[in-house]
Amino acid sequence: MKTRPIICRRWIVLTAQLLACVSSWGGQSSTSIFSNKSTPAHQLNDLSLFVLSITGLIFVGVSSLLVYAIVKFRARKGDTTEPPQVFGSMQIELSWTIIPILIIVVLFLTTARVLFSVQDAQKPKDAVDVIVVGHQFWWEFRYPQYNVVTANELHLPVSTKEAPRPAFMKLTSADVMHSFWVPQLDGKTDLLPNRVNEMWIDPQETGLFVGQCAQFCGAEHAKMLLRVYVDTPEKFKEWIASQQKTQPELTMVSMDGQAKANETAPNVGNQGRVVQTAMNKVSPNSPTTRGNVSSLGESQEISARAGQYVFEHEACISCHAVAGTVATGRYGPDLTHLMSRETLAAGAVPNTKENLLGWIGDPNQIKPGSLMPAMHLSDRQNQQITAYLLTLK
Amino acid sequence: MGTDSMPAPQGIETGLDRTEAVSRPGTYLELIHSWIVTVDHKRLGILYICYALVFLLVAGSEALLIRIQLFYPHNNFVSPYTFNRLFTMHGTTMVFLVGMPILFGFGNYLVPLMIGARDMAFPRLNAFSFWISALAGLLLYYSFIGGVGLYGTGSAPDVAWFAYAPLTEKAFSPGHSTDYWAVAILANGIGSIGTAINILATVFCMRCKGMTLSRIPLLPWLYATVSFLVLVAVSPLTAAQAMLLIDRYLGGHFFDTQMGGSAILWAHFFWIFGHPEVYVLVLPAFAFANEIIPVFSRKAIFGYPAMVAASVGIGFISLGVWAHHMFTIGMTSFGNAFFTLSTMLVSIPTGIKTFNWLATLWGGKIRFATPMLFSIAFLFQWVIAGLTGIMLSVSAWNWQLHNSYFVVAHFHYVLVGAIVFMIFAAIYYWYPKMTGRMLDERLGKLHFWLMVIGFHVTFDVMHFPGLLGMPRQIFTYEPDRGWTLLNQIVSVGGFIQAIAVLIFVYNMVHSYFRGALAGPDPWDAWTLEWSTASPPPAYNFVVDPVVASRRPLWDLKHPEDPDSAFE
Amino acid sequence: MATVPLEHLKDEGEWRLPSRGMVAMAGLITAESSIFLIFVVAYLYYLGRDVNGPTPKEVLEIPYFGTVCLLSSSGFIMLAERAIEHGKMAAFRLWWGVTILLGAIFLADTGMEWRKLITRDHLTIHTNLFGTCFYSLVGLHASHVIVGMLMMLLTLAFALTGHLRSEHSYRVKVLALYWHFVDAVWVVVFTVVYVVGR
Repeated sequence: MKTRPIICRRWIVLTAQLLACVSSWGGQSSTSIFSNKSTPAHQLNDLSLFVLSITGLIFVGVSSLLVYAIVKFRARKGDTTEPPQVFGSMQIELSWTIIPILIIVVLFLTTARVLFSVQDAQKPKDAVDVIVVGHQFWWEFRYPQYNVVTANELHLPVSTKEAPRPAFMKLTSADVMHSFWVPQLDGKTDLLPNRVNEMWIDPQETGLFVGQCAQFCGAEHAKMLLRVYVDTPEKFKEWIASQQKTQPELTMVSMDGQAKANETAPNVGNQGRVVQTAMNKVSPNSPTTRGNVSSLGESQEISARAGQYVFEHEACISCHAVAGTVATGRYGPDLTHLMSRETLAAGAVPNTKENLLGWIGDPNQIKPGSLMPAMHLSDRQNQQITAYLLTLK
Repeated sequence: MGTDSMPAPQGIETGLDRTEAVSRPGTYLELIHSWIVTVDHKRLGILYICYALVFLLVAGSEALLIRIQLFYPHNNFVSPYTFNRLFTMHGTTMVFLVGMPILFGFGNYLVPLMIGARDMAFPRLNAFSFWISALAGLLLYYSFIGGVGLYGTGSAPDVAWFAYAPLTEKAFSPGHSTDYWAVAILANGIGSIGTAINILATVFCMRCKGMTLSRIPLLPWLYATVSFLVLVAVSPLTAAQAMLLIDRYLGGHFFDTQMGGSAILWAHFFWIFGHPEVYVLVLPAFAFANEIIPVFSRKAIFGYPAMVAASVGIGFISLGVWAHHMFTIGMTSFGNAFFTLSTMLVSIPTGIKTFNWLATLWGGKIRFATPMLFSIAFLFQWVIAGLTGIMLSVSAWNWQLHNSYFVVAHFHYVLVGAIVFMIFAAIYYWYPKMTGRMLDERLGKLHFWLMVIGFHVTFDVMHFPGLLGMPRQIFTYEPDRGWTLLNQIVSVGGFIQAIAVLIFVYNMVHSYFRGALAGPDPWDAWTLEWSTASPPPAYNFVVDPVVASRRPLWDLKHPEDPDSAFE
Repeated sequence: MATVPLEHLKDEGEWRLPSRGMVAMAGLITAESSIFLIFVVAYLYYLGRDVNGPTPKEVLEIPYFGTVCLLSSSGFIMLAERAIEHGKMAAFRLWWGVTILLGAIFLADTGMEWRKLITRDHLTIHTNLFGTCFYSLVGLHASHVIVGMLMMLLTLAFALTGHLRSEHSYRVKVLALYWHFVDAVWVVVFTVVYVVGR
C-alpha cells in the first residue's frame, strides 16, 4: 500500500534526525546555542526548551492525526462511491481557534518575561564597560574605564555568583551593518552605523569562546571571527595593565636626554592629549623633527628600529595606531599590543611571523576583499616592518 | 478517473466539436508570433509558468554551486566574491523570477476559468505585466555579463537578496551590482502590481451569473487576497529602491549614515515588503491545496466560510509582523514584544486552515494520485515549517537563531517544502487541462519520492548547523565548529532534489508529446475549469456558465444530492 | 456550464457586478498610497536629524496659491464629470480645460518654489537629509500630477476632435478618480511638509 511507505519514511527521517542530533551535540561544538556559559544565554536556553516542548507536542499531535487520516480514510480498491459530504461545523472551528489562542497566550507571556529580563537588565556598578565598533572586516574593542583599545580578541573577567562582574557592551559600526554573536555567551546584537545598541554578558567560566559576525557585511563577512577570552580576575587585571602600556618611539633621536616616548599617552579618544604632551616635550614627537635612522647601513638591516622607520614613513600610520608613537590612525586595527593576540585578521590565521609577513606583503592573499591594500614595498621593507611589529607585545 | 477521453457529464458542452472552425497558425514563425502578441490569459499563464521553470533550473544550479563550496571548510571552489553573487542571485531569482511568476501564471490561467469568465478584466495590461517581468528577469541576469564580463568579476548583485543599507550605498558598493538589483526588481514589481490590479478587477467584476462571492472557489478568494497584499506590500519595496537609487545617483542621503541617514529605516521598509511577500508566495500554495485536497478526498472543503475568513485574516495580519526579521537590530523591548505577539497571532488563522484540511481528509475516500501525494507531503512539511516559525517568533530565542542556518532551514521548509511541493501538485493536477495530456504517473511517483527524500535530507539536517552557531551567507566556515559533516549531508540532499527535478522536467516534455489524452475532466472534479475542453478553446466556454452553488459540476454529476440544496 | 435551474436569481436584471475601471483604479490608488506612505514615513522620521544645512523653518514658504489651485481643480473636475454625464460636451470641455489649467498653475508654482530653494537657499536633493526627503516627496507628488495632466490633455484632445461622447463618461470618471487621489495626496504632503515639518 502506498501509505505504509509514507509512514515508514516519516519514522526513518525522524530517527535520522535524532541520530544527527546526538552525534553533533557530542560536546565538540564550541558554538552550540545550547551550551551556555552566561546568564542571558541560560535564560534564552530555558525559554527555548519550553518552546521546543510545546511545539514538539503540537507536532506529534497533528502529525499523528494526519497519519491516521491518510491510513484510515484511503479509498478502497474498486470503490467509486462518494463519501458523505460534510461542509463544516461551527463548534469544531471554534475549538481549534480557542485552543491555539490559549497556547499563544502562554507562549507570549513566557517570552515577554525573558525578553524584558534580559533586554532591560540594570547595569551594576562594577560592570566592565566595553565599546564594540564593527568594521569591514574586523572588530574594535575599547575599554573606556581603562583607556584600552584593542582589536578582534576581547578579554573579560569571569563572573561568578559570589563575585558577579558582567560586561555591559555598547555596539556600533564604523561602516555597514554587522552582528556580534558568540552563541555560548548570548544571542546576537546588531552593530549599526549612526546608532548605539546595547547588550550584556556575564561569562561564568574561564576559557576561550568563539563566534563570528552574523550580518552579511561584504566580501569577507565569513572571516570576521570573534574570540572572547574569559580570564580570572587576576589575569584580567594583568592583561589590562599590559594593554595600557605604550610602546617606545625607537627612531627618536635623543636630545637633552629628555626626549622619550610618551609613556602616559592613552589612545582612547585622546588625540588631543597626545599632541599636547608631545608639544610639551623638548623634542616634539613628529616625523619632521624626529631623527632618521643614523646610517645607511642601519636602514638596510632587519631590525625593529628600521622597521618602525619604514612603518612611520610609508602610509601605515594613516590607518594604524601604536600608542606612544606617532602612529594614531583609526581606520585599521590598533596595533599597540599586536603580539598579545593569538590570531591575525579577525581570526583568519594564527599570529606567527610567517603569517604576519605574508599579511603585510599582500593581505588579499590571506583575506581577499580585506580593506587593507597591498603596499607593494620591497621584501626587505616587509621584513623590517615584521621585525618591528614582533616587538609590539 | 479515466486516462482516455472521459465523456463529459450530461449538460456540459465542452466545445470539442467546434474547434475545427478555429483557424490555426500555419508556419512556426506565425506560431511564435501568436505567442508573443497574445493577450489570452491562458497563454500568458503558460508563458509565466515556463519562464519561471527555466529560472527554477538556473537558481537551482546556483544553489548546487553554493552547496559544493560549503562541502568542505575553507573550500575554494568559488571565490568569496562569486559566492556572494551566487547566494544573492539564488535568493533574488527564486523569489522574484520563479515564485512570483509561477504563482501569477497559475492565477492568470485559473482565475477566469474558475469564475466562468472569458478572460481577465484587462487582457492587454496582462500581456504588458508579463513582458515587463520577463524583461526585468533578463536585465537581472544580464548583470553577469555586464560590467567586466563573464570571465571577470561581473556585476551580478552580491549584496544579499535583502540588500541591506548602507552596504548598498555607493560608498560600500561602488560597482553596478546594486543597480542591477534595484532596477530589475523595480521593473518586476511594476509587472506584479499590474497583475494584482488585473486579478482583483477580474474576481470582483467578471464573475459569471449566479457566482456570488460566497460561491467562488477558494482559489480566486486566495488570489484576491494575494493581489491586495501585492498592492500594499510591493509598493514599499518600490519606494525603498527608488530611495536607494536617489542615494546612489542623485546624491541623496536616505540611507547615508554619515549625513544622519538610517540603516534601520531600510530594514523596516524592506521587511514591510518582505514579510507580506512570503505570504504572497504561500497563499497561492494554500489555494492549490484548497482545490486539490477536496477532489482527492472526494469531499467538499471543510468549513468554506472559515477558510475564507482565515485566508483574508492571514493577509491582514501579515502586514503587521514584519519586524520579526529585525529582533536583533536594537528595537526596544516593547517593540520586540509587540512583534512577537503579532507573529504568534498569524498562526491562529494558519492553524485553522491546516485543521480544516485535516478535517477535509477525515471521513473521505483518499486517492493517492501524484497531485495528492505532493499535497500530503505539503501538509506534513507545512506543520513543521509553521512550528519552526513559532520558534523564531519567540524574540528572545530569535536572538540566537536569527541569521543562522536555522532560519535558512525554516524558510526553505516553507518555500520548498510547502510552496514548491504544491507547485508540483498543481502542475500534475492542471497540466492535463492546459495541454490535454496526462503526465506520466510512474515518473510522477518517482519524482515525488526522490523529492521527499532529498528535501528531508537537506532541510531537516540544515536546522542543526544553525543550532550549533553557523551563520548564514558565509562563503566558508571554520573546521573546528563541528559543522562539516552536517554541511556535507545537506549538500548531498541538494543533488538528490536536482535529480528529482530533472525527472520532472523530462516528464513534462515527454508527456506533452506522448502523454495519454486527458479529456475535459480526468480527475472527476467540481469547479468550472473542468467543464470545458482540455485545453480550453480561446473563448473558454461555449456558453456563459450559470451556477447555483460552490461546486457546479458536483451538482451536475449528483443531481440527487446537489450542493445548491445546502446553500 | 451548468444547466441546473437557478433558484436564486429571480429576473434578468439582478446580476450586477462592480465596474472594472473603478476597481482597477482603486487598486492602483492603493498601491500608490502605499508608495507615498513610505516616503512620508521617511520624511517624518528624518525631521530634525539633519547634520547641517538649511532647515525647513528657514527656507519653506507655504504655497497657498498653488494649493488652492490644485484643490479647487477637484471641484472643477467634478463639474466636468457631471457635464459629460448629461452630454453637455461644450461645458465638459470648459471645465476640463479649467482643471488642466489649475494643475498647470500648481506645477508652475512648485517650479518657482524649487527655483527659489535651489538658487537662493542652496537647498538641493544633495544638500542634507531635509533636501533629500523634500525633493523626493514633493517631486513624487508632482510627477503624479504630471502624469494626470498628460492623461487629461489626451482626453481633451479627444474631446476637441469630437471623438469623446457621453457614453465615455464612465472612463472619464475613472480618470477623475485618479485626479481626486492626486489632490488628496497633496493634502497629506502639504500637512507633513509645510505644517508638521516646519
